[in-house]
Amino acid sequence: MYDSSFWPKGVTRGHPVLFVFWLLICGAILQFTGIGAFLCLWKGLNQTGMNDYYAFGLWIVIDLAVIALGAGAFFTSFLSYIVRIKELKNIVGVAVLIGFICYTGAIMMLGIDIGQPIRGWFGFWHANIHSMLTEVMFCITTYAIVLIIELLPAVLENRQIAKVPEFGTFAHNLHRIMIVFAGTGTFLSFFHQGSLGGMFGVLFARPFAFREGFMIWPWTFFLFILSAIATGPSFTTLCVMITEKVTGRKLVPHKTKMLMGKISGLLLTAYMVLKLADTYYWAKVMVPGVGSSLDVMYQAPYGTWLLWAELGVCGVLPAIMLLVPRVRQSYGLLFLAMLLNCTGIVLNRFVFTIQSLAIPVLPFEKFIAFMPTWQEIAVGSLILGYGFLVYSLAYRYLPIFPKEVELSQD
Amino acid sequence: MFPFSFEWHWDIGHLVFFGVFYAALTVIGITLVATIFKTGKDIASGHAHVEHDDEHDAHAEAAEA
Amino acid sequence: MYDFKKIYRTEESRYGMLINIDKCTGCGACSVACMSENNSGVLEDETNKIRSVTWLRVYQVDNGQAFPKTEVAFFPRPCQHCQGGKVGNYKEGFFFEDPDAHENHTPCVSVCPATATDYDEKTGIVSQVPTRCIGCRYCVAACPYHARYFNWYDVPWPKGSERALSPFVSPRMRGVVEKCTFCFHRYQQAQNKAFKDGEEKIAEMDYQTACTEACPSGAIMFGDLNNPDHKVGQTIQQYQKEGRFVFRLLERLGTNTKVFYTTEREWVRRKADNFISDEDFKQALPGQKG
Repeated sequence: MYDSSFWPKGVTRGHPVLFVFWLLICGAILQFTGIGAFLCLWKGLNQTGMNDYYAFGLWIVIDLAVIALGAGAFFTSFLSYIVRIKELKNIVGVAVLIGFICYTGAIMMLGIDIGQPIRGWFGFWHANIHSMLTEVMFCITTYAIVLIIELLPAVLENRQIAKVPEFGTFAHNLHRIMIVFAGTGTFLSFFHQGSLGGMFGVLFARPFAFREGFMIWPWTFFLFILSAIATGPSFTTLCVMITEKVTGRKLVPHKTKMLMGKISGLLLTAYMVLKLADTYYWAKVMVPGVGSSLDVMYQAPYGTWLLWAELGVCGVLPAIMLLVPRVRQSYGLLFLAMLLNCTGIVLNRFVFTIQSLAIPVLPFEKFIAFMPTWQEIAVGSLILGYGFLVYSLAYRYLPIFPKEVELSQD
Repeated sequence: MFPFSFEWHWDIGHLVFFGVFYAALTVIGITLVATIFKTGKDIASGHAHVEHDDEHDAHAEAAEA
Repeated sequence: MYDFKKIYRTEESRYGMLINIDKCTGCGACSVACMSENNSGVLEDETNKIRSVTWLRVYQVDNGQAFPKTEVAFFPRPCQHCQGGKVGNYKEGFFFEDPDAHENHTPCVSVCPATATDYDEKTGIVSQVPTRCIGCRYCVAACPYHARYFNWYDVPWPKGSERALSPFVSPRMRGVVEKCTFCFHRYQQAQNKAFKDGEEKIAEMDYQTACTEACPSGAIMFGDLNNPDHKVGQTIQQYQKEGRFVFRLLERLGTNTKVFYTTEREWVRRKADNFISDEDFKQALPGQKG
């Protein structure tokens, strides 16, 4: 058919008309994003729902969430190329793709989020090395470069592009040296996932977010890393499962999905143990230590239901589920457990961003809730439109599912 | 960012932070450049890795590697 | 008793304020003077105060009682110019360092990724460089006093109003953060004057903030806390000897600020920090009252 010579070898893809229709939907989302972005750049950030109480809004929540969800890229690469777990070769390609989408999408959104986007490079040129945000900026941009390099072989191995000997050979050589990039990526990711947590943990004047720690790193540094690597594999697998259902094709062996689930389960359990301990200490010692109480920290609409949702329904529950082999064997239960897992991390990022800022510290300051404007939601939908677009193009044209041919013959 | 920048101090913080950063960039850069050179060498010596429209596709090879 | 050289761990100048809450009438002259001095603009729509730029903001508080027992007070709140340090413990009050405590820095300075704000070791003033600021608002999130303001709008200076702008302070465009600088440009002018006059140090009255000068009831006192000749330090110690409450906002967080408040009313003192019980409150007081 029309573009079938561009499809990966040995597989079929949907009708081009359907695909173009889908691309148009992605385009429409991106147009919506474009309008919001244009307004924010032209008229200023007053177009959003942010204010002097909510210096961070929807975009930072989305940025934190997608970077955590995109951690599947570095961790799956680490396990696949460095620890050499062979099973994961079946899913590392799509994990890197998802990571690429998450990181580049987050960087684009940050370009709108800062008040002076043209001055964004000041964070590099006039770097304050003591700031966690500096660490984040440096590591995220460097890791985005690593992700582009890691994704490059898949792009160059498109059936038509690979016919050019230079590209095919380059992709082949990149594959052989990928361990270096996986290692560098792991190192960089460890630090920026942690620094994103560190950003909030160092705010000693914000009792909701502040944590003691180890040397310069607050406990949130380690908790954010752990939660990211616990959720990253789940998100990658979720995306694959959704793709499989939508396209009606088997892309990744269930055994691989189960392994991702097991990895998620083990890490999530470890995370929950530490997180519960940390939350307990915070609630019992740190909060009263600054003269506050849990009622103040969790007030409507950000009430204690958030705590139970984040730690219980979307924390302990999926951790237990993912450790049970029977759950992992069931497509539906595995999907549910991973969905709860990913929801939990989104809640965690939301809580640290929005709820930290909601709690007034001065007794005579007021509590206000946050509500994003449509322009803010429009820019936030970048990650959806851009993500769907890139993912769909990659699914259709790039050989990112090594076992698809084998599975389609079953 | 660089030693000649206004905020630069030769203290442990700057040394560690920028040391690690430039080390990471160097590793990435050298590996990328080396791969490009190797590719050039492979093409020149006739060992180009070409995509064939049968079993021998680069993807399967990567899965085996 | 507050021992400034001990709290700030230096012999250098540490410019600070004493605000007498019992004298403050809530007139807002300080806030207006600050806006005028520092070229802060008035937005088209000032009804939504959560986006207004008010470097010095006057908060109204009351004792929570119904009429006729209602009492009202006002807290003028400039930037507190935190130094950070090691939070003291209950035993000696919060202004003596606990050597085992975690060392803090100025909450906003340590987080700025582009070094657009810095703690000046010579004066104790936290600077703000709007031309360097990238508008990430991390400092706004870090400040517990809401002393930092982001320019959500470009100020719509009406035609002709630019002639009333002070030439000593650059106006800011949208997308950058700004805050009270203790009228640092006046410090620079005082330095120029001292140099011209052949003096080593600047005179106390040559460097006073706009809000201090504007206050009709003299509720604000400004000067070098580390200089025993300056009134502000002397008054703080005198008030403490007299048994008045002298305190700083959110002292137990360990921000180690330079804006002191004083009052004789206990309910006002309670408003300055969070306490979970009377017991907790009483433990915070030793050494603060004489």
